[in-house]
Amino acid sequence: MFAYITRRILVSILTIVAASFLMYTLTAVSGDPLEELRASNAINKEELIQRRIDLLNLDIPPVLRWFHWLGGVGGCLVPFAFECTLGNSVEGFSVAQLLPPAMASTVRLVTVATVLAIILGVAVGMITALRQNSAFDISITFLSFFLYSLPSFLIAVLLKEFGAIGFNNFIARGDPPQIGLFWVIAITLLSAIVWAMLLGGDARKRIITFVSAGVATAGALIYINVTDFFRVPHLGPVLLFLLIGLTVVGMTALTANLKNRRALLAAGIAGAVAYICYFALQGLFNVSSMWTLMILAVGAIAGSMLIGWIVSLFGPDKGQVIRAATFTGFFASSFVVLDRFMQAWPAYINHPRINGRPMATAQASTTGYTADIWGTGLDQLMHFLLPTISLTLISFAFYTRFARAGLLEVFNQDYIRTARAKGLSEHTIVMRHAFRNMLIPLTTIIAADVGTLLGGALITERVFAIAGMGRMFDVGLQKLDLNPIMGYFLVIAILAIAFNFIADLMYAVLDPRVRVK
Amino acid sequence: MAESTNLPVEEQVKSENQWTLILKRFVTNPLAMGSLVVFIGIWVFSVVMVGLGPISGIWELNHRTPYPQGAPNGAPTLEHPFGQDTIGQDYFAMTMRGIQNSYLVMLLIGGVGTVIGTVVGAVAGYFRGWIDALLMRITDVFIVIPALVIGAVVGRISGDMGIWILGTLLGAFLWMSIARLVRGEFLTLREREFVDAARVAGASDARIIFKHILPNAVGVVIVASSLLMAAAILTETGLSYLGYGIRPPEVSLGRLISDNQTAFANRPWLYWWPALFIVTPALAVNFVGDGLREAFDPRQKRFSRRRTREQS
Repeated sequence: MFAYITRRILVSILTIVAASFLMYTLTAVSGDPLEELRASNAINKEELIQRRIDLLNLDIPPVLRWFHWLGGVGGCLVPFAFECTLGNSVEGFSVAQLLPPAMASTVRLVTVATVLAIILGVAVGMITALRQNSAFDISITFLSFFLYSLPSFLIAVLLKEFGAIGFNNFIARGDPPQIGLFWVIAITLLSAIVWAMLLGGDARKRIITFVSAGVATAGALIYINVTDFFRVPHLGPVLLFLLIGLTVVGMTALTANLKNRRALLAAGIAGAVAYICYFALQGLFNVSSMWTLMILAVGAIAGSMLIGWIVSLFGPDKGQVIRAATFTGFFASSFVVLDRFMQAWPAYINHPRINGRPMATAQASTTGYTADIWGTGLDQLMHFLLPTISLTLISFAFYTRFARAGLLEVFNQDYIRTARAKGLSEHTIVMRHAFRNMLIPLTTIIAADVGTLLGGALITERVFAIAGMGRMFDVGLQKLDLNPIMGYFLVIAILAIAFNFIADLMYAVLDPRVRVK
Repeated sequence: MAESTNLPVEEQVKSENQWTLILKRFVTNPLAMGSLVVFIGIWVFSVVMVGLGPISGIWELNHRTPYPQGAPNGAPTLEHPFGQDTIGQDYFAMTMRGIQNSYLVMLLIGGVGTVIGTVVGAVAGYFRGWIDALLMRITDVFIVIPALVIGAVVGRISGDMGIWILGTLLGAFLWMSIARLVRGEFLTLREREFVDAARVAGASDARIIFKHILPNAVGVVIVASSLLMAAAILTETGLSYLGYGIRPPEVSLGRLISDNQTAFANRPWLYWWPALFIVTPALAVNFVGDGLREAFDPRQKRFSRRRTREQS
């Protein structure tokens, strides 16, 4: 194992070095970095040119300059031996200092998009596999083909130029903003149809689902219209109680089984504690910082696990009970936090910097906007919502198809037939036997997808004017500023290789039949 | 035994060539055939309308000349069915040019990428040993850089040299997925008896690779190539959107989107027409590729879209 890891790391370093040579020389021959200076009318033109040549060592041919650059990077690997440098940008800034802030926003964007795409994609893919060849399956298949064929800049531009502006106009227009009758009917019908297709069953069950989903959706929409929800959103004690109740039931059904009374009890206690915290913590929330929230989040998860563990002492199925309590605790406390964010919303949209148009279309935060953690949190959310959606949609199609194919393949395996023959419930077969095995090949695909997403971030950051790593590369390439480009390349290359490496190790951990050699 | 020879002629099954079977399966797949018709139809339509190269088409308006506004805001009229952009150029002519350029780059990337990928994969899989190790390490080096990033660099180099060079160079950097797939296929096929037979008969390595093994791996190549072509449309339009692909005065659909982005609120047709002609061909190629995969491998045992993605 140790030998394997050492060899892998050595090969990876060699690969990155070779790829960096390719990237460096290709970029260097793609144009003249002094072009803008040569065209300028400055009196001290010659001096400026000479200064830039000295700064970037442009008098050395690209191949030799690459060795120079590599030496600087190599210094970062050997502690105390050499000076660590990634070179300077055209403006004379050190790339090593430019990189971290740029990385932060890109990594956040890509991570959130990946996680969302995996969760949604796997869930939808599994449902389509369970309802193979149904109308739902066929529509999702078409949708995913459509998303495959949709370049990311089209989605991003669509969301920015039509979605964001439309939403802002909608918020700014009506008093209060009202969803029109046409849309209420359309959304109600759509939701009723989707739910009926999702849950399936015989004609009677479908009709019941159709009607109840329709009534629930129409009710929710009318509630939104009546209470001016878009400008004064709220959960409040009543809605929160309902949501937490649904979470308790839903999470128990997903992780264990509704017939498992102990799991239901543990989830119920976790939900109840979260509900009590809602009343108890409001004062603390008002003075919270990032760290308080972090500690509270860790506390919520640890507390739920503890509840699950205590309840599980009274009988079998320890793992299931703890899982049910933990997931319930996590989601229930998320709702409590969500409610607090909603309370901050009216102040946010009425802030003069926001001016009633909350959906942001550029940059990573509103300049000149200062507020407490809730206000800045909302500001971040409104800035990252659309870029994240546009990145998520593309990977979503990918994971849906993959999860569907994977689950269908697993269903053909002998151990599933054995599980059925033992008389296990369909729920247990899907969640405990099929789901976990389906996840194994997913690890390889995630590694491949992260590279695609990092490329996609290049476009998303351009459309939404976010100063991330993609922008750094973009601006660098326009000016032929080699060092920032290579800094960008180093980060994404290391990320890609690290993800591949982790995927291979995960594969071996998850699937004992695979031995790394 | 005697019964079978006594069967009436009509009931005897006519033997069919493997290729006929594949063609039959493809032609009877309505979605794939429909997509193929749409895919070719769009190109033919654009050629008939604005011509091809020096030959002029039936559409009289030029894609570079600004015309006086036919309607307020340059909205679509009979004279300018796709409307006019902010300086009054005819959007229909521009879109049609953009379609032709997209198709050209897609075919170049698909062609060059497939040829390089197939040769690299075939040589690596057939010879194994150090040749395989070396070629696959080189493939890894190329894979480390995301397609869009290397595409942007390549596009910056070749953008001024015209579309043919741009497409060819892009193809030279997007062959890796095909190489990996073909190598995998060659690794299994080279162990089969017909390869031994050919070797014993005295066939050269080149002959075994191209005459014996490659025809058996052609399904993988064709399916992967169609996926590459679908990705190529997205890569070209994305690069042109960023400004590293097709440069003015030539038209690209991605460039149309980025140039007119600020005007979409008042002139939404400037978005929808190029968007339609980016998505439709890409969707059609994807469906054709899926149809081809089903035609080559109806039981979906040998290779699947999933494995194609997994290995690429």
